[in-house]
Amino acid sequence: MKEIIVLAEHRRGELRDVTWEMLSKARQLAESVGAEIGVALLGKGVNQLAEVLKPKAHRVLLIEDDRLEAYNSETYEKVLTQVITERKPFLTLIAHTAMGMDIAPSLAAHLKIPLATDCIGIDSAGETFSLTRQLYGGKVNATVSFLKKGPYMVTVRAGAFPVVEKDALPGEMVKLPSPLTDEGLAKRFLQYVEAAVGEVDITQADILVSVGRGIKEADNIPMVKEFADAIGGTLSCSRPVVDKKWLPKDRQVGTSGKTVKPKVYIAIGISGAFQHVAGMKGAGTVIAINKDPKAPIFSVATYGIVADLFKLVPVLKDKVKEFRQK
Amino acid sequence: MNIIVCIKRVPETADADVSIGKSGKDIDKSGLAFDLNEWDGYAIEEAILLKEKLGGTVTVLSMGGEDSNESLRKCLAMGADDAVRLTDPAFEGSDGYATAKILAEAIRQIPYDFIFTGTQAEDDGYGQVGVVLAELLGIPHAALVNRLEIQDKKAKVHRELEGGLEEVFEIDLPAVLTIQTGINEPRYVSIMGIRKVAKKEIKTLGASGLNLKAEEVGVAGSDIQLEKIFLPPVGEGAEMLEGKPEEIAAKVFDILKDKGGLA
Repeated sequence: MKEIIVLAEHRRGELRDVTWEMLSKARQLAESVGAEIGVALLGKGVNQLAEVLKPKAHRVLLIEDDRLEAYNSETYEKVLTQVITERKPFLTLIAHTAMGMDIAPSLAAHLKIPLATDCIGIDSAGETFSLTRQLYGGKVNATVSFLKKGPYMVTVRAGAFPVVEKDALPGEMVKLPSPLTDEGLAKRFLQYVEAAVGEVDITQADILVSVGRGIKEADNIPMVKEFADAIGGTLSCSRPVVDKKWLPKDRQVGTSGKTVKPKVYIAIGISGAFQHVAGMKGAGTVIAINKDPKAPIFSVATYGIVADLFKLVPVLKDKVKEFRQK
Repeated sequence: MNIIVCIKRVPETADADVSIGKSGKDIDKSGLAFDLNEWDGYAIEEAILLKEKLGGTVTVLSMGGEDSNESLRKCLAMGADDAVRLTDPAFEGSDGYATAKILAEAIRQIPYDFIFTGTQAEDDGYGQVGVVLAELLGIPHAALVNRLEIQDKKAKVHRELEGGLEEVFEIDLPAVLTIQTGINEPRYVSIMGIRKVAKKEIKTLGASGLNLKAEEVGVAGSDIQLEKIFLPPVGEGAEMLEGKPEEIAAKVFDILKDKGGLA
């Protein structure tokens, strides 16, 4: 029977959410084309993870090796080359994450398998697949097709597919031998480095006032900070503001920053790229201020204001101060 | 330390009102400003910082039409030594994989210790080219690099993971690194700076100069093809607040009182 292989993503003993999302999507595809799911789990001492994966797949393809304790594209490529070459899955799913972006393109090129990256939609189309991706930072979507015959590899955007609970699958445990040897590696994992702890914890704030690329210059940040102060909110930001060193990393909301769930989140000059939205979609109420009426942020916001932030924010600050004094 | 940096010129869409072009396969680019891909600006800066510290040369490569000279010149003005543009009608329609094949053939003709690319491009966002390049050239790679230290014939690189975490690798040279935004502060290039390099030669190479056959590049050499583009579904969408700034302020205040517990 045809097989879909899902590469389980885990880090420091925990499976990452995207693994369940991929398995849910794989289940739906497997049911529509009559295939089975094999979830590939690479690691050291990951039996417990294998157990929890069991009900989500027809089999758990377990490769344990001391050399797989931490992710490394070089060891992963060797192991996955063996797994895919031997099992010939018609589709391999990998997450489009820091891990997947590091391994999938080289693995697919090595195996000469067509790859479509960062997909938010996968539909079976006969022997092949129709894919949906985003272009221009999420401003447009694209339908993409494969030009070659399978097997195929697709990397999946985290958060793009919902986790759907279904009846348990057999989850047969299949232990595969590791092809790794003591041969030296050209790339060696040294350690993890934790994010520095900052002066404020934005994850604890009830009201966050978040500023993005639209602020244009570092000199304009105080204007937003004053508004945040006026409403008793905490200042946070999107990635471009940190990249430009206008605010420290601990203020960043998004995939590579913090996940926040304030009561009210005010997004000022933030277009709403998925990496940002992933970090704030749990907010109770979202107010978005942006000059582009088509900005993706408006599709996740509760309230939207199309305006020039430089004109609006100072008025907001003064008026709110006035109302609070009344 | 000889470094090759692969760059791309892209339309600036972050603040632009984007609409679908007539072909239905791309956006309407008329009226859009173009610039060096944001990630590539950090990649070229990182290369120039290394050159300033350790000596050597920086060569910048780009696949594209004559318009791409503008971005290549920006890199020269920032401090790159040489620029090469890869151009051929046969390259049209190349996906990330085919683009990597073209870049790899050009790179084989140049001595290097390091290859930098941006982690991804602002337009198609494949996040694929740099890592495929490493595979084609048979050298190690690290994607999403946000810190780099050179130690003789190897480098210590930090890869940006989710949630503020980083993983540190030691990697042997030569290697490909895909550079993440925020790794440095790309230097400003003045109009005078661009003028100074206006006469500098930008070499061009086509399929024959790269020993590539037509079937290896363009649509024929690609794995995927774009069928059509469309505006993303809006979902439920936001309730839009309209009116004078003072009226909007009153509504925002009510929301903050009601939902945020503002007193």
